[in-house]
Amino acid sequence: MPDHLNALQLILSGDPTLVAIVRLSLGVSLAAVLLAAAIGMPLGALLALTRFPGRSVLVVLLNAMMGLPPVVVGLALYLLLSRSGPLGEFGILFTPTAMVVAQTVLILPIIAALTRQTIEDLWTEYRDELSAMNVGAVGRMTTLLWDARFSLLTALLAGFGRAAAEVGAVMIVGGNIDGFTRTMTTTVALETSKGNLPLAMGLGAILIVIVLAINAAAWGTRAWSQRLTG
Amino acid sequence: MSMRAPASDLPLMFENVSLQAGATIILNSLSLTIAPGAPTLIVGPNGSGKTSLLRLCMGLATPTSGRISWGGRSDPAPTRRAFVFQRPVMLRRTAAANVSYALAQAGAPRSGRARRAADLLTRVGLADLASRPARLLSGGEQQRLALARALARDPEILLLDEPTANLDPAATRAVEEIVLSAAQSGIKIVMASHDLGQVRRLAGEVVFLARGALCERAATADFLDHPATSEARAFLRGDLVI
Repeated sequence: MPDHLNALQLILSGDPTLVAIVRLSLGVSLAAVLLAAAIGMPLGALLALTRFPGRSVLVVLLNAMMGLPPVVVGLALYLLLSRSGPLGEFGILFTPTAMVVAQTVLILPIIAALTRQTIEDLWTEYRDELSAMNVGAVGRMTTLLWDARFSLLTALLAGFGRAAAEVGAVMIVGGNIDGFTRTMTTTVALETSKGNLPLAMGLGAILIVIVLAINAAAWGTRAWSQRLTG
Repeated sequence: MSMRAPASDLPLMFENVSLQAGATIILNSLSLTIAPGAPTLIVGPNGSGKTSLLRLCMGLATPTSGRISWGGRSDPAPTRRAFVFQRPVMLRRTAAANVSYALAQAGAPRSGRARRAADLLTRVGLADLASRPARLLSGGEQQRLALARALARDPEILLLDEPTANLDPAATRAVEEIVLSAAQSGIKIVMASHDLGQVRRLAGEVVFLARGALCERAATADFLDHPATSEARAFLRGDLVI
């Protein structure tokens, strides 16, 4: 049977190895997005609403970190988490936890930077009105985060897309251990080099479908919010 | 909590107030007292400083020099004042949620908010549009919703910056009726306008600004029929006052 038909059969039959890999990948990336959102959104909003010396440097730095190379994140975390590293005592290197941490670090700047931009734009629009309603600092932040909810959802999807598609960071801190830390991207890399093309192609196809679905969701969210809130 | 009424923001006093943006003088040594009573209309050509005067009244801007006081206090939080902007910004929520938000910010207890929001929407004639996203309302409807939000603050002073400048006559009338009924309920109206028909319909008194200075202050009829200054005469004739 040709490789691509084999790949299709793997997907359609719900091959347990393949399903486990997809599930782990999505779980790790989803956890990373939630963590990065919980930290990055308030951080971005805070950066948008405060003025202090060195702020523009921080904004530029944050924007630059959106393009952080995954392998560099992986390497840095490897050094931190390895037995002899400063965080070695936690013993999480080569576990899914380390992969979640790595992807969180990778997409935190994306979510924080996009939040900062969104909130700052909205604040320009809302400033007078909220000041006239005597809204305090915390109220401003929560109001802006809520009213920017649809744009921020797009930021989350961007973060998720980046996390799901990266290979370098999870490969280094996860170790690509069969049945334990093997994700879609690391499996594709490994199986391709081994010449096991059906599994690589099947996972590749699933990855593309996921990325497509995320972008469709982002587009749909925008259209829906336009209709809903103007 | 004591039972005494909250301190009044009136009279609102300007003493030699100037406002500058860089080298540009926006308001020049303005002295003015706004007391309770019939609506005060701030009248003058575009660029005469009407908006800046209102923003100072609200506390949204601080004077470069001079002193502003509200009921004798120099820096009270704007809890007894409300502002309606020329282009109000609608929160990305429903009409009712916009009013509820203003009620919450004004400290209204959560339990009565939905009913009070409904009452306010009825008061401005938007009861049927309560669940509509605010940003999808027409310009006139948005301006009425902005009025409902302002009234939700239960203000003593209601400041309005040319609220009908972009509206058609029917929407203008709806806004004017709400403003008049607010005035009748005892709210002090301070409103900028350069529509002389509107000035005649609404004003108890006129404060006329030209080039950032207080030119003339008079009862409406006196101002419109017997302007005392050459600037006011030129403005009423329809000349460009530069």
